Amino acid sequence: MRPLMRLLVRLRILALEHLLLRGTVLIFSAAFGLLMGWAMLDLPAPAVQLAPLVQAHIADSGASHPVTAVLLNFRGYDTLLEIAVLLLAILGVLAARGNDPSGEHHMQDTPQPVLQLMTRGLTPLMVLVAGYLLWAGAFQPGGAFQASAVLAAGVVLLYLAGLLAAPPTPGPLLRVGLTSGFVVFVVIAAAALWQGALLQYPPAWAGALILIIEASLTFSVALILAGLFLWLPNEDEEAEE
Amino acid sequence: MNAFATAFDLLLALSLLWSGARALTVTDLFRAVVLFIVFGLLMALAWARLAAPDIALAEAAIGAGLTGALLLDAVGHMRAHKRER
Repeated sequence: MRPLMRLLVRLRILALEHLLLRGTVLIFSAAFGLLMGWAMLDLPAPAVQLAPLVQAHIADSGASHPVTAVLLNFRGYDTLLEIAVLLLAILGVLAARGNDPSGEHHMQDTPQPVLQLMTRGLTPLMVLVAGYLLWAGAFQPGGAFQASAVLAAGVVLLYLAGLLAAPPTPGPLLRVGLTSGFVVFVVIAAAALWQGALLQYPPAWAGALILIIEASLTFSVALILAGLFLWLPNEDEEAEE
Repeated sequence: MNAFATAFDLLLALSLLWSGARALTVTDLFRAVVLFIVFGLLMALAWARLAAPDIALAEAAIGAGLTGALLLDAVGHMRAHKRER
């Protein structure tokens, strides 16, 4: 009887502690959230006015949409490093998967006719929308990342509908496609180094260079994003083998 | 017109907070992932209301779409693993 009572007392104290802990965390996070909201409403005026600066130099940048000009010209170095990070992510996924090209192409095994018909109809439209987003990125919201996200969604949809068999590891052509965006960006950046500073495109060619970089980025990042989904280490396959 | 915009913004903010809180506190993992996707789509709406359409496009595609698909994949793997055990 005694140990049972002791156990009950201990459990009730633990429950009370748990409740106190939860209450404290809740109060602190609510207070923090409210303070953040109040601070957002009370921001001081920024010291440097960046938007007029961008608008003043946008004619030399090669794109007439300010976001694209900043991403690919004024802060092109940040975009270059972002692509490197994405490439590292897919390399990490492929490294975790192992390099066994003898495995079978895996495919969804319960085909659904309506889904397949819809996917067959949607995929050309998705490619068209991606191409338009890429082209329109120069003068309205759009650009390489959005277009590549649409393309990656198309590839994932094809795989999930059972119309595309994903290889177990990417073959040499796929690997070239995965790295081509980064390589093209680095080559153009290094070529600009000869003329002046790194990533300083000559203003006469800036528009064409930005389009070339964005096109190769779209292709590459679409393969990377789809690869993150297709080449996740699949525990079911390892269990079967 | 302005009152309508304010009411819409308030409703959007409340639903963002609500879906975020529910995504963290619900016990079924599949429901949590679905609530996360809903949160991503509402966040894309919020970016559009803040006049940042590029971020809205990226949030809808990658935050809601790709991350949602990867999380659903992870939940499926976890369930298969649990069933094998």
